[in-house]
Amino acid sequence: MSHKVSLTVNGTAHTREVEARLLLSDFLRHDLGLTGTHVGCEHGVCGACTILLDGVPVRSCLMFAAQINGKSITTVEGLSADGKLSPLQEAFRDAHGLQCGYCTPGILTTMTAFLAETPKPSEGDIREALSGNLCRCTGYQNIVDAVKLAAERMSAKP
Amino acid sequence: MKPAPFRYAAPASLEEALALKAEHGDEAKFLAGGQSLVPAMNFRLAQPAVLIDLNGLDALAYVKAEGGTVRIGAMTRYHTLQRDKTIGSKVALMAEALPEVAHPAIRNRGTLGGNLSHADPASELPAVVLALGGTLHARSKKGARAITAKDFFVGVLTTALANDELLAEIELPVFPPRSGTCFLEVARRKGDYAMMGVACAVTLDAGGACSDVHLAYCNAGETPVAAPKAAQALKGQRLDDKTARDAAEMAKGEIRPFGNVHASVDYQRHLAGVLTRRALIAAYGRARA
Ligand SMILES: Cc1cc2nc3c(=O)[nH]c(=O)nc-3n(C[C@H](O)[C@H](O)[C@H](O)COP(=O)(O)OP(=O)(O)OC[C@H]3O[C@@H](n4cnc5c(N)ncnc54)[C@H](O)[C@@H]3O)c2cc1C
Ligand code: FES
Ligand code: FES
Repeated sequence: MSHKVSLTVNGTAHTREVEARLLLSDFLRHDLGLTGTHVGCEHGVCGACTILLDGVPVRSCLMFAAQINGKSITTVEGLSADGKLSPLQEAFRDAHGLQCGYCTPGILTTMTAFLAETPKPSEGDIREALSGNLCRCTGYQNIVDAVKLAAERMSAKP
Repeated sequence: MKPAPFRYAAPASLEEALALKAEHGDEAKFLAGGQSLVPAMNFRLAQPAVLIDLNGLDALAYVKAEGGTVRIGAMTRYHTLQRDKTIGSKVALMAEALPEVAHPAIRNRGTLGGNLSHADPASELPAVVLALGGTLHARSKKGARAITAKDFFVGVLTTALANDELLAEIELPVFPPRSGTCFLEVARRKGDYAMMGVACAVTLDAGGACSDVHLAYCNAGETPVAAPKAAQALKGQRLDDKTARDAAEMAKGEIRPFGNVHASVDYQRHLAGVLTRRALIAAYGRARA
């Protein structure tokens, strides 16, 4: 049995028929072609698949596409506008916050929501907010630096 | 991996959800936050034929203070509980434990009802609900019944819920004045399951001696484990380093940890001793404040 879902992804409306067992992560990647959302572990631990569901970070590997009728989703592809990187993305580039980039989409979505809620985070706050996202490359140091840099730049702006 | 095929149902009312569960019994599972069930389905450790999604049932998400109790709807998410003023002021023990449960993205979905129904003995919240002496309200097509926290947790991932029952509400007593609580755990990383954790509540009489003490542990046995002997021994006593140490020693003997790759049984008992002492002293200080 398939289920009809209508949702908004990065501002664009979509309607699709989905099988009940289709994970939201696979729906985004395979049905919508939004391969920026990465899949690492499929049990909620690595954080690579994190997306914003109605603005809130959630694991897309732990939801079914059938559950998202009427919802609005932002993936990493939706963080930049008009070809311009978001301040957080720019800071990741400037502070070398990524190497292979596998973890990056999940970290960017998670930290976008974090900075919206915590505009002036301490280093401890940043590390805690990052605790649910694994990176096998960077040793986290440059990721923390990038988030700090983004917070500074964003709060300096009038 | 990917989940095995199943039938997905998104009931629009509690009655509809209960009718589906009554019809399909063990073949069906409720889907709450999905933060334990979906990983199990992805690994095919769980292969329900029917999935009954509770996420459309807004009527099951609430926090209400009524008389001497706080009532929490099963579908209330951790994220909401963490920011709820009633929980912060009247159920401080839970408020203190919530940041230790997983990570923000998990807490945005996970629910109190799903957590308790999952009955993972390593989880923080069953120990909190046991220490608070909570009552769990179950609903089925046939009716409603109340189960004490002590009777609810039956074994590893096993509760007293029958296969047609849903956990609908969690009722927690508000402690009287001169009470203090404390939750402490040791985990390898922030957000990991604890190697050992303690939930503690202390009520003092007018003279400053303990009139009521509750101690419950996570990752200390097949269910959340209470330490009634240690708690009883403190009654009528003042809490100081000596009495807290003695109680901690007793509690170490009451818990039944299994040990795991990260912590031996001895180490878990050692942690329980240290955490009990610290939690008692902290709860005592808060009760006097
Ligand atoms: C990376 C990661 C880290 C985690 N770390 C922790 C941690 O440190 N501490 C911790 O405690 N937990 C942790 N969890 C688990 C998390 O807390 C889950 O949210 C919780 O165990 C289950 O709640 P849920 O709402 O997601 O339930 P679900 O996963 O939807 O359901 C769990 C079980 O309960 C049943 N169920 C759900 N609701 C009801 C109901 N109302 N009545 C009857 N049965 C019901 C389901 O059928 C299922 O069998 C972690 C999870 C992940 C993915
Ligand atoms: S793929 Fe979803 S958390 Fe790892
Ligand atoms: S940059 Fe490679 S995993 Fe993080």
